[in-house]
Order: sequence, then C-alpha cells, then structure tokens
Amino acid sequence: MSVTAVIKKNSYFDSVSLMSISTKANGLDGVGQAFVAMATEMNKGVLQNLGLLTPELAEAGNGDLMIVVVPAPGADAEAVIPQIEELLTRRAPAGGGAAISYRTIAAAAQADPGANLAIIAVNGAYAAREARKALDNGLNVMMFSDNVPVEEEIALKALAHGKGLLMMGPDCGTAIINNVALCFGNAVRPGPVGIVAASGTGSQEVSVRIHALGGGISQLIGTGGRDLSAEVGGVMMIDGIRALAADPKTEAIVLVSKPPAPEVEKKVLAEIAGAGKPVVVYFIGGSEEAVTTAGGTFAASSLDAALAAVRLTGLPSAQAPATDTAHIESVRARLTPEQTNIRGLFCGGTLCDESMYALLNAGEEVWSNIQKDPEFVLGAADPSRGHTFLDFGDDEFTNGRPHPMIDPSNRLARLVEEAKDPSVAAIVMDFVLGFGAHEDPVGVTLPAITEARKIAADAGRHLEIVAYVLGTDRDTPGLAAQTAALVAAGVTITTSSTATGEFARAIVREGIKA
Amino acid sequence: MSMSKLFESELNVVNVGLAMFEEDIAAQGATVRTLDWAPPGGGKAEVIAALDKLENPEIAAKIAAANAEAADRIMNAKPMLVGFGRAIDVVPGMTATTILHAGPPITWERMSGPMKGAVTGALVFEGLAADLEDAARVAASGKITFSPCHEHDCVGSMAGVTSASMYMHVVRNETHGNYAYTNLSEQMAKILRMGANDQSVIDRLVWMRDVLGPMLKEAMEIGGAIDLRLMLAQALHMGDEAHNRNVAGTVLLFQALAPALLQTGFSTAQKKEVFDFIASSDYFSGPTWMATAKAALDAAHGIENSTIVTTMARNGVEFGIRVSGLPGNHWLTGPAQKVIGPMFAGYKPEDSGLDIGDSAITETYGFGGFAMAAAPAIVALVGGTVEEAIAYTHAMGEITTTENRNITIPSLGFQGLPTAIDVRKVLDTGILPVINTAIAHKDAGIGMIGAGITHPPAEAFEKAILALAEKLA
Repeated sequence: MSVTAVIKKNSYFDSVSLMSISTKANGLDGVGQAFVAMATEMNKGVLQNLGLLTPELAEAGNGDLMIVVVPAPGADAEAVIPQIEELLTRRAPAGGGAAISYRTIAAAAQADPGANLAIIAVNGAYAAREARKALDNGLNVMMFSDNVPVEEEIALKALAHGKGLLMMGPDCGTAIINNVALCFGNAVRPGPVGIVAASGTGSQEVSVRIHALGGGISQLIGTGGRDLSAEVGGVMMIDGIRALAADPKTEAIVLVSKPPAPEVEKKVLAEIAGAGKPVVVYFIGGSEEAVTTAGGTFAASSLDAALAAVRLTGLPSAQAPATDTAHIESVRARLTPEQTNIRGLFCGGTLCDESMYALLNAGEEVWSNIQKDPEFVLGAADPSRGHTFLDFGDDEFTNGRPHPMIDPSNRLARLVEEAKDPSVAAIVMDFVLGFGAHEDPVGVTLPAITEARKIAADAGRHLEIVAYVLGTDRDTPGLAAQTAALVAAGVTITTSSTATGEFARAIVREGIKA
Repeated sequence: MSMSKLFESELNVVNVGLAMFEEDIAAQGATVRTLDWAPPGGGKAEVIAALDKLENPEIAAKIAAANAEAADRIMNAKPMLVGFGRAIDVVPGMTATTILHAGPPITWERMSGPMKGAVTGALVFEGLAADLEDAARVAASGKITFSPCHEHDCVGSMAGVTSASMYMHVVRNETHGNYAYTNLSEQMAKILRMGANDQSVIDRLVWMRDVLGPMLKEAMEIGGAIDLRLMLAQALHMGDEAHNRNVAGTVLLFQALAPALLQTGFSTAQKKEVFDFIASSDYFSGPTWMATAKAALDAAHGIENSTIVTTMARNGVEFGIRVSGLPGNHWLTGPAQKVIGPMFAGYKPEDSGLDIGDSAITETYGFGGFAMAAAPAIVALVGGTVEEAIAYTHAMGEITTTENRNITIPSLGFQGLPTAIDVRKVLDTGILPVINTAIAHKDAGIGMIGAGITHPPAEAFEKAILALAEKLA
C-alpha cells in the first residue's frame, strides 16, 4: 500500500476539528483513505492498527500535525495533499447571531417578558392545551384553530375571564389589537370605534366601511363564532364590551354577530347600559326593539353599523354612497326573460349571509350551503338551482384545502360552471384583500371571469358579473388597483357588502317585474 | 398582562402554528416570534393525558417543590476527590466474580459487541479465564454476577466494565455524605472500555493496577481531598464541556495531583511513566467529571413527587433513565441510538456500535452536550458553527428546571449550566437531551472509531411520564 505522509511540525489543531477534516478529506476525489490528526500516541496507535504508521510518522511528536493519504487506485496522492491543507485553513463564517427559536409558549414568554398575546393556529386536538399554557403565562390568546370541543372553549374562557385576559376564539380569524391586524384583517385608520365581533368577515367589513367613511378603529376583538351560543354564553363578548368600555381611546362600541341564542342576546344587551358609551348592535336579523330598549343603537346591516359608529364618533354627516339606479336599469334591459337567477360565490361567510338575506327578506327562495332552512340546504357537490348563494369558506367546501381567501381554485371552477346556465342573470362575488389573504385575488380570478363572459356571449346572453372588493387604500394590493382591474374586465363594482345584496335584489325584482 | 394593560402596551406576539402570520404582523411594526412548535408528547394521546394529569394545580405545586429540592441538591452537592482504591475494597456490593457494566441491566447474551469484548478482556485480566475464548464460556456459565455500575454508586465510561481489582476514583459528596466511584481512564483508542481486549490492553490494565492506581492512591493520602466542583467550573471557563473535551480539566487535575505524586514512594522511572500516561490523552480527567456528576445526582434521587432525571445511561443495546420521584432502580428504557459525528480514518458509519456508556451522567448534571456553548473549540462535533453550539445550550434550557449558579458559561454572560432535566418539559417541547459521546466499533476487540452527538430515545421519557402520572396523580 502506498502511503503519502506530510508532517507539519508544531501545527496545533483541536482533535475534534481534525476528525471532521478527516471525514471531509475522505470524501475528496483521488482519496482512498485519508487521516489528518495530531501525532499523539493515541493517534499513532490508530495508524498502527490501520497499518499506516511509517517510521517517519512514528517519530512525529504531540505538537505535530500528520496528513496521511492512501490514494485511490490510479490517483496521485501529491495532488490531494494541497486540497486537504485547504480544508485546514477553511473557517466557518463568523457568527451573525442566529435567532434563538423556542419550542414552547412558556419558554418564549420567559425569554421575552414583553410578550402579551399568543396566536394559536395548531391542530384542534392540541389547540386548547397551548391556549391554556398561554393564559397561564399571562398572555392574551387569539385562537385561529377550529375543531376545539365546546367544553374546552368554556373552560378556557372561564380561565381567561378569571385572569382578565382576552380569549379570542376558537375559530377566530380576525382581530385588530393596538392597530395591528392579526391573521385576516385590513389596514384601517386608528380611531375611536371599538368592535367586538363573533364573525370574521363581518367584522372585517364593518372595520373597512368605517375606514372608508373617514372613521377609525381602536380595537377589534374577535370572540370566535360560538361565543354567543347558549353553551358558551357570550363570555368573551361581554368581557370585550367591558374592556372597550374601560379603554379611553374607544368612544363607541360596535357588536357584530350572527343571531345569538336568545338568553345570551339578553345578557349581552344588558351590558350596554353600564358601558358608559354608545353601543351599536349589528346582530344579523336581530330585533330592533330589544336593542333600543337596552339603550343600544340598532343596525340592520353592516353598512348601517359602520354609519352609526362614525356618526357617533365625530362624523355626524357621514353618508353612504348612493345606489346607481340607472345602472340597474341598464343591466335589467340587457337580460333575456329567462335570466332570473342570481348565483352568489363568496369567500366571506358573513358577506354571503348578508347578500343572501337581502333576497330572503324580499321574499325570494334561496338555496345555500349555509341556509338555516333545511329544505333549502345545498351540498358542495349539488348543482345550483334558482338563486344559489355559496360560502366557499365553509368546511364542506374547503375539505382540507386552504380557505378560499388563500386558495381560490374551487370558486374559479364554479364561476365557469355557472356561466353555462341560461337562467343566470348575474354572478355575485366578493374579493377580500388584506393581511392573510391572497396576494392578488382579482388577478387570479380575471381569466375565469373572461371565460365566463365569453361563454354567455357565445350563447347570445349578457352575463352580469357583480363584485364587491373588501379592502382599503392601505391594503396591499390596494383597493383602487384591484377595483380598476375588475372594471376593465367589465365587472360591476358595489360599494359595500350591504350594497351588494341590495344590487342583487334589485336585479331580481326588476327581472321578475319584466 | 390584563386586557387594559394590553391596550396600553406595544403588541408583542408569540405565534404558534402558522408561520404565514408572522410576516404580516412584523410588517405592521409589532414584535412577533414564531415558535418552533411540534405536538407535545409526539402527539401520543396517552402521553398528553399523563402530562395533563400532572398539570392539576395541586399536583403541579407538589412537583414544583420537589423539583426545586432536587435541583438544589444537584447544585449544592460538593463532590470531593478523596482517594483511589480497588473496586473490591471500595465499591458497595463488589465481589471477586462481579462484573459491573454501563447502562441499565443486561444479560451476557444480549450484550453488544464492545461490551462483550470488554467483559471477556476483564475476565482474562482478573485471571478468571485463561483466554478470550475461555472468557466467553465463563461469562455464559452463570458464575459471573453482572450488574449495572449505577446500582453500585458507580459510573463506567463506554462499556463501563469494572472488575474487582481495577482502581476506582473515590468521590465523596461533602454536602450530603454519599460516595461515587468510577474507573481510571485507559487513555488510548484501543482500550477495554471501547471493546478492545488484546494483550496490549490487558498489559495496560495490569500496569494501571500495579503502578498507576497505587501511586494515585498514595498521592491522595499525601495531598488530601480535591474540590471537583470548583475544578469543573474552572475547566468550563477554560473551554471544556468536560465530556468530549477535557483538555483544561486534565491539566487542572494533574496540576493538583503532581506535587503529591512526586512525594510518593515510587521510583522516578515509574513516576515518569505515570506523567507520560496522563499526558498521552486529554481524556485523563473524563471519568473524574463523571464521578463528580454521579455524586451530585445520587443525592437528588428518590425525592417524592420529583420529575427530575437523575440518571441517563446506555448499555449499547438500551438507553435507560431513572427519575428522582421513581425511587430505587426503576429503569425506564428504550433502544440505544446511533451516534452521529466525525470518524477516524478507515471507518464508516456502519462500523459504529450503538450509543453506550454511563458518561451521559455529565449531561444529566448539565455539562457535556448541555454546555456546548462553553466549548466552541469542539463545534466540529455538531457540524459547524459556534452559533449551533450555543443553540444547543439554549435548547437544553427549555427542558431543565434552573441554572446552576456554581458553574457558569462565560460566553453566555455567565449563565449557569442548564440544570435538572424535567421529564415533563422533555415531552412538552419534544426536545431530547443532547449527549456528546464517543463511538466504539460495533464488534468486540477493536475500540474507539469516532465521536459525535446523540439523543436518548423518546420512549424512555414517555414510559417515565406514564409511571409518574400513575404514581403522583
């Protein structure tokens, strides 16, 4: 066996570094076996065992570095030695102070005493445990996770209540705390309106409308969709009202929810009297009398809620944009007599709800995957019929996929499908901008819109496409750019979630009349 | 942090689960850090249930008190090197036909290659067998008592094989009065504890028994006790982690022993042999720090309600831990793992024996892999940068109870060693203790072939939490 050995006198290297260099040296081309080590008795013993200890190496001393190479067949050991010497001089880059990461909430909270809120977005099976750890460490909680048992929610909210902490969720997707939007939220002006909301897109809509009307948001506290159920009892909404009542930056409070359990509604409304500031109540389909009796300001729609809030906080003459009745007339004129149906394809649950109720309240029959009336419930696999309003964010549609605000593919396919139906007068859609949402929700949908319009045109029909863009001039991408792209594609733009429902209803009513 | 305080503070978010939220929050100017989160207990329902049981406030309070006591005992223990002596003379329960070994209990038949190599070598060394072949017969005959070092107040490096006439460190914990013992370093790669057993190995053991051991014993009688905790603290300040790097510790120990060694009645030639032997490998003090740790951790064992780990040890087949609140020799085990790291030339990963030895007692105390930040010179062992070494020490902080005020790490602003591993925290975080260790060849008769890092199997901790939940809840 040919052995090439180089001895570097008085060259000290740490033994572990040398073992690492040996390992690398063994990976070099042309190396059969390489050994780089200090010439200690122990290392010379290893060479002896391997049959590589030349007399020259045996003479080397503790402070000498040995480079020993057995070349691969046909290779030249002399050519390899310089590469090994190169390994000896190579240094790992000097430290740039790699960020320390933590595995547990407790460790992170301990390391940073300033930490004050935890976002929990883990599998529902583990979410309650993490939330409990957060509360135990004095952190407020926003729980994005869903599929958390209601008993856990009740226990967590009781724990948070006892500690004076926020327990937002489970299934809470939107909050704005200290002017920072969390998870799904929009960039809105700081201001005097505080919101407590059990519905995510509903609260996004109210905050964005307040911003558009010139107002601003102090805090937006999410409660999770189940908070106003009889089991949970509105614990978070009541704590939220009290927190905003005590907050000097909040001048008026807006409550947003789907219809609460009656006894819970009573409890929540009873808080209004003690709040010491105006409270606007938007419970979809709620009773005006109950709210007024309790001393609150009733809002029949999300737009009403936003208008009331800004009028109560320094903008008394705020007005909603006027409805373009001429445009409704021109659309109606272009439809054939059999084009009588509206199809609503929504990302936002509350936005879908509000538009659907605009038709329902006008006496229309509406099929939907979020219908309360079981006779009119439509599954994800069912074809549309009559007026159909679909919430693509519902579990049945997402089915393990990301929310349509992030992944719109389900909705795009459905849009093209609806265009083929000659009974369809208009397709109504929402586009949600802001933090957490798709980076270009309009752009990703435009090809499907163009295709849908072409299908209708080829069949000799006008297909009205109506879009509401939920967002602000401060969002990225901004409201103006997204709206302009839709207008350029021939899409009708509505100015609020409420106006969207009204527009749909107006088309239908005119259509039926004709 | 109550709600009203929250509204008056800068928002500072701990983000758990979805990294995508972090960017948006940071873009709005708030402080946010995303956890490196994994389901607790590996997502196993029974483990999570056990963890939850122990979170009952009444039980948690008892555990907290017991763990504080255990941590105090570890830190307050003052291990002193008080002498050297033959195992038969000093080790409790030792007999002429007893072979102590590393790790949890194991029978001859199930022993790994390196441990079998060490056992047969020891039987020849003790004159209990004529040669290695005969030794294998003797080992299988039932006439030899095999027992874990840990069950005799001992620890043993690598195979840990300890026989009657081998010389042991005698370490006394001055605070709590208990003793700990361990063998002497054999210095080289081809040595008994690594599974080697040829004549050169036996000859060295004979010399250690006849010259090195007696000289050290006499020197201690002349020089008096040595404060090992203080010396360990100094060694860590000098860049050792005292498991795989012992350069400073060996120099300090030798500095303390040298004057007394000179005064012994041995010949100058013998003294030179001993000095040369000590100088031949930095590892000389390695076993000393193991006994130091053992003396402290035994004092913390058997505290009711404590979830602190007091032993981590491997026999080459199984990794076993003991927990303070599960008293006596209650071993919780899982399979021994591979050791990943650089290897001597000529050897490949498939030549490696599995993790072996009682040396993980050093990590159980809080040095070794836990003190990697103190020993930037060995970062090659963990694959690269000083930052990675520091990250290991930080990570160990997440699974331990406190910091050892007596032994500190200068580069971390004199932060103390991460001390008192809590079974609950290991399972909560999914962070397993990191262990720096040597690699023995998988076959008997060869010896050390590399060094690297490894971790215990999660099973051992899972079994421990289930046993604790049953006992305490």
